[in-house]
Amino acid sequence: MIARLADGAARRSLWLLAAVFAALVIAPWAVNDYLLTVMIVALYLAYTGQAWNIMMGFAGQLSLGNALYAGLGAYVAATLFTRYGVAPWLGLLAAIPVAVACAAIIGFLAFRFGVAGVYFAILTIAFAEFARVGFDHFDFVHASAGLFLPVAQYTHDDLWRLRGNPTMFYYVMLAATAFAFLLSRALLRGRIGYFWLAIREDEQAARAAGIDTFRCKMLALMISAAVTSFAGVFYAFFYNNLFPEQVFNISQSIEMILGPIIGGIGTLFGPVLGAFVLTGMAESVTSIMSALGFDLPGAKQVFYGICLLLVVVALPEGIWPPLARRFGIDKAKQ
Amino acid sequence: MTALLSIERVSKRFRGLVAVDSVSFAVPQGAIFAVIGPNGAGKTTLFNMIAGAIPPDSGTISFAGEEITGLTPDAVCRRGIARTFQLVRPFPALSVEDNVIVGALLHRHDVGAARSQAQELLRRFDLFDRRYQQASSLTLPDRKRLEVVRALATEPKLLLLDEVVAGLRPTEVDRLVAVLRELNRDSGLTILLIEHVMRAVMALASRVLVLDHGVAIAEGEPREVVRDPAVVQSYLGQSEVNVWAV
Amino acid sequence: MSFAVYLNVAVAGILTGLVYGLMALGLSVIFGVVRVVNFAHGEMMSMAMYVAVLLFAAFHLDPLIMLVPIAAVMFVFGYLLQASLINPFITRPEHSQFLLVVAIALIIVNTLLIIFGPDAQTIQTSYAYDSFQLGPEIVDASKAYAAAAAIVVTAALFAFFRFTLFGKAIRACADNYTGALVVGLDVKRFYALTFGIGAACVGAAGTMLALIVDVTPMLGPAYTLLAFVIVITGGLGSMAGALVGGVLIGLTEAIAGLLFTPSAKSMFSFGILVLVLLLRPQGILGKRSA
Repeated sequence: MIARLADGAARRSLWLLAAVFAALVIAPWAVNDYLLTVMIVALYLAYTGQAWNIMMGFAGQLSLGNALYAGLGAYVAATLFTRYGVAPWLGLLAAIPVAVACAAIIGFLAFRFGVAGVYFAILTIAFAEFARVGFDHFDFVHASAGLFLPVAQYTHDDLWRLRGNPTMFYYVMLAATAFAFLLSRALLRGRIGYFWLAIREDEQAARAAGIDTFRCKMLALMISAAVTSFAGVFYAFFYNNLFPEQVFNISQSIEMILGPIIGGIGTLFGPVLGAFVLTGMAESVTSIMSALGFDLPGAKQVFYGICLLLVVVALPEGIWPPLARRFGIDKAKQ
Repeated sequence: MTALLSIERVSKRFRGLVAVDSVSFAVPQGAIFAVIGPNGAGKTTLFNMIAGAIPPDSGTISFAGEEITGLTPDAVCRRGIARTFQLVRPFPALSVEDNVIVGALLHRHDVGAARSQAQELLRRFDLFDRRYQQASSLTLPDRKRLEVVRALATEPKLLLLDEVVAGLRPTEVDRLVAVLRELNRDSGLTILLIEHVMRAVMALASRVLVLDHGVAIAEGEPREVVRDPAVVQSYLGQSEVNVWAV
Repeated sequence: MSFAVYLNVAVAGILTGLVYGLMALGLSVIFGVVRVVNFAHGEMMSMAMYVAVLLFAAFHLDPLIMLVPIAAVMFVFGYLLQASLINPFITRPEHSQFLLVVAIALIIVNTLLIIFGPDAQTIQTSYAYDSFQLGPEIVDASKAYAAAAAIVVTAALFAFFRFTLFGKAIRACADNYTGALVVGLDVKRFYALTFGIGAACVGAAGTMLALIVDVTPMLGPAYTLLAFVIVITGGLGSMAGALVGGVLIGLTEAIAGLLFTPSAKSMFSFGILVLVLLLRPQGILGKRSA
């Protein structure tokens, strides 16, 4: 399942991967600024989706509060930058431990006390909401008034300080998404990947096979949080403004999970494919609506809700698995 | 022969019901030990206590000279006790091979090494050809065998089998019995099994313990135990013929 | 601050809490019987709130009069929702069901946002600014009426579950699903009925709350979480627990709003949720483990 594809299938999936990656690399030359921004959003969702997929798709832990880690990453890096001039890549080194610590707390509380399944999901929502309301009153980061980063002139690309053209941001996100993909793949094929899948399938049987499920679940949570925190750093420096109301909002968490759910939870290609399909459709819908003269706040969210509904009802395993079978890439999994 | 597993006055009650009442016995190293008795006698509860799934209310369980009472299931497995479940539980979406690899990874950190070991075990149990099939698509006898293989992959010193031949046809029963006997003979694997199918018990066990309503009512060699009047009364029935029926 | 202020706030909190209790009761009933974690609960309530607002704006009908019709409409909505969408999901894994209701919640909230916009709407009844004076106690008339209505509805519900055949059948389904099946109860229909009852509870509670608070679409998710805090605190599967939890949360929220900033009161509720999940997961009056 995880490990070995028949030779033909392995080669086919490798070609597919190479083709997709090549297309993504040359994309900025082929598309206009608007589309580039759309693709950045798609990559952002692909990245965060893959992070969530590690927790849910591999280890089976439903989290609806991943916006917490992105938000923490964003605020830590942004605050260090605006107050102390710390570059985002260094800020990331501070953001990751913060996010991981939070994940460890949540995981410890949940797993030690047997909070599982849907109740775990509610717990994650509660923590994200806690952060949202908390940061709304946290004056050190300007609370609900918002934290703003100085917007520089785009005369040159400053990768170190993440100031520059959208193209630079695009490649940063592309690299990050590629990293997340390779990380997911490595984890899945390794010892921990097998343990996670066992836990996902049947936690009690996994324990009977000697797996320390507490430790494995904690690891999934913490890795997911660490990876997601970078997305927050990116978000802060790309959009240049942070409001707790938006950054920690449950709708952000839901956006992050839509990609993997649509694409296929637990697969490697699923989150990326799902993110692009989702973003593509969402943008089309918004464009059509504004072309028709409707400017409806909330229309996109309704669209997301309908997508989620349709996928959950009609395509529970997502888009990718049936496609993979068509391409002859499938085995018992992937 | 030294006792690998020692159960001393172990008890468990659930609210008002005493499931296991001060049961004591010892499983010698290298033996095949069967626990039999009518439904509701407390056999699976006893197993669950040994395997760490539920803690006993009183009494001690010792394994290889160390006390393991109240350890978590994964800790118990790491000490060398592997178990199967009465209602078989393979990992449904994973392939046969991957199921076993999960077990093999307990003591091997390299996935490649775990895979080789898994394949060796699968070959021995005649599941190698189906190694890429999804576990949920296997027949019941195959799933039972898969669970045994997965348990064996964790390299246990003691294997707990919970009604492993239930629902199998006589030929399948004989085959599984033969493999288990071989394992016991060749690698010295100690086996503790719960069983209703007397055919398997008589063919495998060197010692039998009979439980009834949580109490141990007989223990000894199979031939003696099945003739014990108390056992016949509570479990086997009046006629000797029953002993040989499946 | 003087004792009188605390007392006023506390009483206001308890009154609001009674309405919360009714809302949570709906959730408890749905979860106890259908075993669906209805993450669209608060959103359904906000639907009812907006209907109340509309009817008041158009016809000046007092929400308390509209209570029964609105509850009836919500009953139908809940029944249809369960029968068409959720029933087929009973055999699916838990997280699938959950995501289904999350999707429904998302659609409801944002549809309300599109139709009504983000600005707050209120119901200004003739007695909106009235209050009763009991010694040092000043009680808002709206809150008092809302609480009274909540008590009446809750009592009716308890009577229904205790004394009617339907009610007993539903409790049977909740207590022992397989047993109920064996005895021949049409479980799917009961599920739909129960969801309808839960939705009606929430409809009634929403109508009452519309008297007390400003109505915005974002209330939906906020109340969903609050309902969960209440139900988990009071005890899953316990109807009395939902009420006790409601009053408790209403009270603590009010006091917390007084001691800290009002906008941070939800943090307090979440803190309680976390504590309950950790220390006494079955809740105050809860019986079984979820």
